[in-house]
Amino acid sequence: MRYGDKVAVDDLSLTVDAHTITAVLGPNGAGKTTTLETCEGYRRPQSGSVRVLGLDPVRDRRKLLPRIGVMLQDGGAWSGVRAMEMLRHIARLHAHPLDVEMLAERVGLGDCGRTPYRRLSGGQQQRLGLAMALVGRPELVFVDEPTAGMDPKARRTTWELLEELRADGVTVVLTTHYMDEAERLADRLHIIDRGRLVASGSPLELTRGGGVSTIRLVVTEPFPPEASRSLKAALGPDTEVTQLDPVSLLVTGPADASTLARVSGWCDEHGVVPESLTLGQRNLEDVFLELTGRELGP
Amino acid sequence: MTFSPMPGAAPVLRQVGAQASMEARLMLRNGEQLLLALVIPVIVLIGGVAGADRVGLEFSRPTVDIFTPGVLALAVMSTAFTSLAIATGFERRYGVIKRLGTSPLSRGSLLAGKAGALLAVEVVQLVVLGAVGAALGWDPDPNLLAALAAVLLGTVAFASLGLLLAGSLRAEATLAAANLVYLLLLAGGAVVLPASAYGGFGDVARWLPSGALGEALRDALERADFSPRDLAVLAAWAVVGSVLTSRTFKWE
Repeated sequence: MRYGDKVAVDDLSLTVDAHTITAVLGPNGAGKTTTLETCEGYRRPQSGSVRVLGLDPVRDRRKLLPRIGVMLQDGGAWSGVRAMEMLRHIARLHAHPLDVEMLAERVGLGDCGRTPYRRLSGGQQQRLGLAMALVGRPELVFVDEPTAGMDPKARRTTWELLEELRADGVTVVLTTHYMDEAERLADRLHIIDRGRLVASGSPLELTRGGGVSTIRLVVTEPFPPEASRSLKAALGPDTEVTQLDPVSLLVTGPADASTLARVSGWCDEHGVVPESLTLGQRNLEDVFLELTGRELGP
Repeated sequence: MTFSPMPGAAPVLRQVGAQASMEARLMLRNGEQLLLALVIPVIVLIGGVAGADRVGLEFSRPTVDIFTPGVLALAVMSTAFTSLAIATGFERRYGVIKRLGTSPLSRGSLLAGKAGALLAVEVVQLVVLGAVGAALGWDPDPNLLAALAAVLLGTVAFASLGLLLAGSLRAEATLAAANLVYLLLLAGGAVVLPASAYGGFGDVARWLPSGALGEALRDALERADFSPRDLAVLAAWAVVGSVLTSRTFKWE
């Protein structure tokens, strides 16, 4: 997929299983929206093929559109239209729409139904966008950055809603650059960077493996001086020890039960009392950093 | 509530109806659009009738009989051209057309909805302006079929030109250009004043969509006459406008 000379998405192969949540994760400008818009039939790929519900999104657009719901990243409503009026309008274009009042309640539009679109907050506009994507009872929804601009409470509500969709048999494809969102929601994850697929799998598959883990040690009283150096000496050269604050240390490297035992032995020897000692996994942020050498953040 | 899928498009006619009523409501609710659709035409009508004799305009018939059809033509022009262009320009800007593009509403239905909204607004304009005209003593001698043909052809011609503007310029540029063209045609386009009032330029003005619509409506409502030449000019503009628009219009 090219815009002029710039290749936005290249050699990207991914599939989405029915009745699951698939997340397309990547930093801004990675090609997430372009990928979605190609699936929605807005853009015709210069090469390769796209099939959505077995249909060609460009050629069979009229057959496909009633079956999918789309939440755009922003905009999509007249500036003077009232929130409920807009939702009702989209509902009327469908054969068996959801009850708009109940849907508005469910996405948390309750008290701004009569507010003109231009006066809705960013989060309210997002919620209306989500409601518009769902009102036609689609089989498949594409949601582009669904929780960008939402407060934490609204984010959780949105996540619960997306999980409910999956439980009710709707297939969800979402783009996000939030790690926690992808980790919590996705059955399957595709990480893309600069228009290319860098990894696919479930969040567990992606964070497991590689042999790298972390141990976090928190103690009751501040560590003695030079604690991190002496702990590193005790653990061997493959390990990195970083002091995070006066009472906690982070150990990264091939961490397993024996490493854990050696850390607790070191504590005993130096008279420090562990408050907690936890073996952690790499998170998606670490995975992304390893795969691309870049931070995922927005 | 359950989200279990039950997808489907509403019947096309219901979709078109929903789109038309939505757009008509938005137009009639918007202050600037209302100014163009009703306030300015009413002011032009009252001002024109009251002021015509003072500025030395003389017609063979009472001025209200000349001005009312002209102001109806102005109303069609303001709605089908200026209002439509501005509204569509901002629909592109705000992603409304993109959003509707992922709904079951096809582009054909979207255009049909827009046409329906224009006609609905024009009916409101006709009723209000006709009532104001009647209050001023308008005594038409109508050929309703000819008037209807003029309004429909004029609407298509102006709407295609409005969409031509909205589909190729940015929203702000569309706003400026649509208002400028409206003012120029109002002043010099033989829409409210008959082409004969413009002297030599009148012959040129009759080739403009504004002049052709004005003349066709005056002929139809003043002397129950059918004006094939003006209707043909409108039809030609409609064809040219539609062809150019369909080639150049960018939906996003």
